[in-house]
Amino acid sequence: MKNSRRSFLKISGLSALSLSSLSIGNVLASSGGGTNTTPIGDTSVKPEALKAKKWAMVVDVKKLAENKRYEACIEICHKIHNVPNMPNKRHEVKWVWEDEFKHVFTGQDHEHIPEEFKEIPFLVLCNHCENPSCVQACPTKATFKRDDGIVLMDFHRCIGCRFCMAACPYGSRSFNFFDPRPFIEEVNSEFPTRMKGVVEKCNFCAERLAKGQQPACVEVSEGALIFGDLDDHESEVSQILKKRFAIRRKPHLGSGPQVYYLV
Amino acid sequence: MQKKTMYDKEKVLAGLTIFVIIVTFPFWYNMGKAAPAPEIKLSDKAKAAKVCVAPKSFMTAEHMQILNVWRDSVVRNKKRLYSSVDGKNYNMSLSTGEDSCIGCHVSKADFCDRCHTYASVRPYCWDCHIEPKENK
Repeated sequence: MKNSRRSFLKISGLSALSLSSLSIGNVLASSGGGTNTTPIGDTSVKPEALKAKKWAMVVDVKKLAENKRYEACIEICHKIHNVPNMPNKRHEVKWVWEDEFKHVFTGQDHEHIPEEFKEIPFLVLCNHCENPSCVQACPTKATFKRDDGIVLMDFHRCIGCRFCMAACPYGSRSFNFFDPRPFIEEVNSEFPTRMKGVVEKCNFCAERLAKGQQPACVEVSEGALIFGDLDDHESEVSQILKKRFAIRRKPHLGSGPQVYYLV
Repeated sequence: MQKKTMYDKEKVLAGLTIFVIIVTFPFWYNMGKAAPAPEIKLSDKAKAAKVCVAPKSFMTAEHMQILNVWRDSVVRNKKRLYSSVDGKNYNMSLSTGEDSCIGCHVSKADFCDRCHTYASVRPYCWDCHIEPKENK
């Protein structure tokens, strides 16, 4: 028998129909089963976690200069977060550090500022911006802004492209040029380290907030650092900012930094 | 009809034989030498707890799924409390002390590595997460 084009088309049409009805039947049968069989449970926020809509920090510059707790703040932060102490300054990794007025408040420096401001150290850290340029720059969404205002890093997703470092106007981000583990004096097993090739920065102690604790630097600052919710008008930070004049770093850039310096 | 002939018959057949031997080499060389399936050693604490965060069969085959869910939940959604299907609450953490996976599965060598080495998978969890201090 010789196949005509007509009979060939008939047969192929029929077989396509029967195959597709078979797969549709399968889908219907499985969805008809109804129950979700994945034995993965539910996740929720812990009741003891501190909650806010807009976390912010107020730095009482004079108080911090007087009680000299800035070194303690830096030390505790770097210790609990396993921040390596790199011997070469070019490979430095830092979450919180100190700097002079002219570097911290670039463009607001002039020769007539009070002598004391020229000398005292300013504590600087990630500003957890309202409109973070690092988040926009990140191609993998490894850096993201949480609904409580914290700009956080998901180290699992960081590919080490360093766009965020170029985008951040405050130099708050550090890159791990080497495996940081050998440069951590005493590893804190309660917090992971990082690996070579990822960027890191201050996380406003997200892991401590989740346990209902204040950030570590705030705890050791003896009142020179105040942390709270700016969305809540009754909070300590809101009250202080209402009463005392505070400046922010490079506010003209529009990033909306959430670290306020009382002067 | 034209008579079909095979040119260089000996050479072609010899070549084919060598080819087949080389291709099948891994199969007959390793025949009967299959490594026994690994058996993980549960710590006393894990044995005492009896249940994990999901049924054992699921955890054996799909623990990476649950770790992915946990990771996104904790890091990206602030949710750190896990309620298993049988209604128990757990702290979602791989490696932060007592209240985490390694709080129960205290030995990486006896637990994680046994299967991972056998299956030749090298997860990079421990590049950042701090492995349990071995209790030996």
